[in-house]
Amino acid sequence: MTKINMVQSLNRTLHQIMESDEKVLIMGEDVGLNGGVFRVTEGLFEKYGRKRVIDSPIAESSILGVAIGMAISGLKPVVEMQFSGFSYLMMHQLEGNASRMRTRSRGQFTVPLVVRMPYGGGIRALEHHSESKEVYFAHTAGVKVVIPSSPSNAGLLLKAAINDPDPVIFMEPKRSYRSFKENVSDDNEKITLGSAQILKRGDDITIISWGAMMRDTLKAVQDLEEETGFNPEVIDLLTISPMDTRTIVESVKKTGRCVIIQEAQKSFGPASEIIALINDQALMYLEATVKRVTMYDVPFPLFGRELLYMPSIEKIKRAVLETLNE
Amino acid sequence: MPLNIIEKFSISYMQILDEKGNVDPELEPDLSRDDLLKLYHYMTLSRMVDSRMLNLQRQGRLGTLPACTGQEASFCASVLAIKNTDWFAGSYRELGGRLMRGDSLLNLLYLYNGFEEGSYNYENNRTLPISIILASQLPHAVGLAYGSRLQGEKDTVALVLFGDGSTSEGDFHEALNFAGVLNAPVVFLCQNNQYAISTPRKLQTKSATIAQKAIAYGIPGIQVDGNDVLAVYKSVKDAVTRARNNEGPSLIEAFTYRMLMHTTADDPTRYRDDQEVERWKEKDPLKRFKIFLTNKKLWDDKKQLDLENELKQTIDETVKQFESKNDFKPDAPFDYVFEHPGSTLEEQRMDFLENLKKETEND
Repeated sequence: MTKINMVQSLNRTLHQIMESDEKVLIMGEDVGLNGGVFRVTEGLFEKYGRKRVIDSPIAESSILGVAIGMAISGLKPVVEMQFSGFSYLMMHQLEGNASRMRTRSRGQFTVPLVVRMPYGGGIRALEHHSESKEVYFAHTAGVKVVIPSSPSNAGLLLKAAINDPDPVIFMEPKRSYRSFKENVSDDNEKITLGSAQILKRGDDITIISWGAMMRDTLKAVQDLEEETGFNPEVIDLLTISPMDTRTIVESVKKTGRCVIIQEAQKSFGPASEIIALINDQALMYLEATVKRVTMYDVPFPLFGRELLYMPSIEKIKRAVLETLNE
Repeated sequence: MPLNIIEKFSISYMQILDEKGNVDPELEPDLSRDDLLKLYHYMTLSRMVDSRMLNLQRQGRLGTLPACTGQEASFCASVLAIKNTDWFAGSYRELGGRLMRGDSLLNLLYLYNGFEEGSYNYENNRTLPISIILASQLPHAVGLAYGSRLQGEKDTVALVLFGDGSTSEGDFHEALNFAGVLNAPVVFLCQNNQYAISTPRKLQTKSATIAQKAIAYGIPGIQVDGNDVLAVYKSVKDAVTRARNNEGPSLIEAFTYRMLMHTTADDPTRYRDDQEVERWKEKDPLKRFKIFLTNKKLWDDKKQLDLENELKQTIDETVKQFESKNDFKPDAPFDYVFEHPGSTLEEQRMDFLENLKKETEND
């Protein structure tokens, strides 16, 4: 067991998979010699060379388009969008092709590729480097959207994503890249895509989050446990789409209360989807309205104000207390 | 049957002022004394501001910054070649050019300290804001140029700047093609600074030059010494003249070098060697321009010292002013989302302010 951060965990997984599976290939902007701007692909170029670790031209649309062709040809491309803010140029390849190739070819062609991208705020970055737009991708049928929250689940989820036979958008919360370390085991632990993880079992309230918000959520929960002695159930979504509806619904039926913490802007996000799900399947079990703590519907503020706009430990605590007392 | 050559192409390279300060009198553009001095002023200002902002960043007083040192001839001389009534669009590596268009150091400091207040304050409102998404500003320039022409402005052109990395994006190719088809009065100026973060130009395209990409779109293309103010000015001026005369768009490749890092988050020692950087120091645009001005009896050591002192004082005062401002309105990000925000956003602004109040009360 070694204590490592999320970047190291992702890097370690990529090294392991490149070693064990010759069909895996890395491609993206500055992923080779530079090891990626966040160093997630560090050391791969030196070890596997430019044929399997490709510094691509700056062309996000073609990075995905070429990866689709590579995937159909039998490879398993793991491509990087340098920042999620640059990924919108690949949308037509995602919506128009990656997501539909299986359907369109009636199963003849599949696209087993992974698009990795750092996303999210709170790191004092420039414009376009802080957004959480998981919903853009989640709104595309035929594409899976995965978001790890810790060093230990990041590597396992990336492995599962690479081995998945369908396209996976793998969004890496860059605020959590180096913010904490964990013991990451070397054994054959597995996480299945599409499964949420219950981090804490409890009866009083269901608290759901994902990505970088998981950390703040757990801190808020810890504070409240000490202050109030309440007994919450905490769920880490891990896969945004397709969502693990069963885990959510069973938990809410048990607790009757729910708060969702979403880094993305408020309207039309995964939190809205979770509320709709509860409305469909657990409405009669509710003892309080379901609350969400989110960003606002404004273009992501520049870093001078970003923390005022993002969910915070204080905001989460307030929402949980209000829901408990309703 | 033998193959017949049906088209032939070539690409020219232009240099007027070489590294040693020698000038080609046949090509030397007709620039007034005032214009030459203005150019030198802004290039020097740009260099000094770049260096000062990098210092502030290292001290934690600014966020991530792009560095512009070494490319002053490309972005200043090109901007000098257009009028205030022309459109200017760029990316994020044309500091001196933006200052010439009327942005201020104070605003740049606010911007790079993460406040929206600094993102747009041009005296010249025919200047688009900084565009971080590569090549996205190129189609805008086509639309600006065509749009102004269609609305009766017979003289207006658009100048758009971008880097070598941007030429791999679809938007670059689509904009050049579109401009050609519309015969839009646009000047595309590529600052080829040899690197897109770590990726060298040769991994960006197999083409020998970026200029030759113009050929495919049926428009003129030229490569110029991007560290030579006179060559940049003349090539842009010629392209602007063609555009004004309804002769359509042009592509100029300004061959230059990014002397420092991509941004302060980047470490260039990982991917290029010091000797290469040293070789480019010899080609410094300011150094040779100073020799040129000195030879013209327009410049001397005393003037240099006075200018540096004057600019340093202005920069010092501006930094002081920047650091004394602490009254940024918390809900400003709501201000410019829509002209008519509607109930959702109005409710959210109230919720935001209420939350803020609760937090202040708790403190």
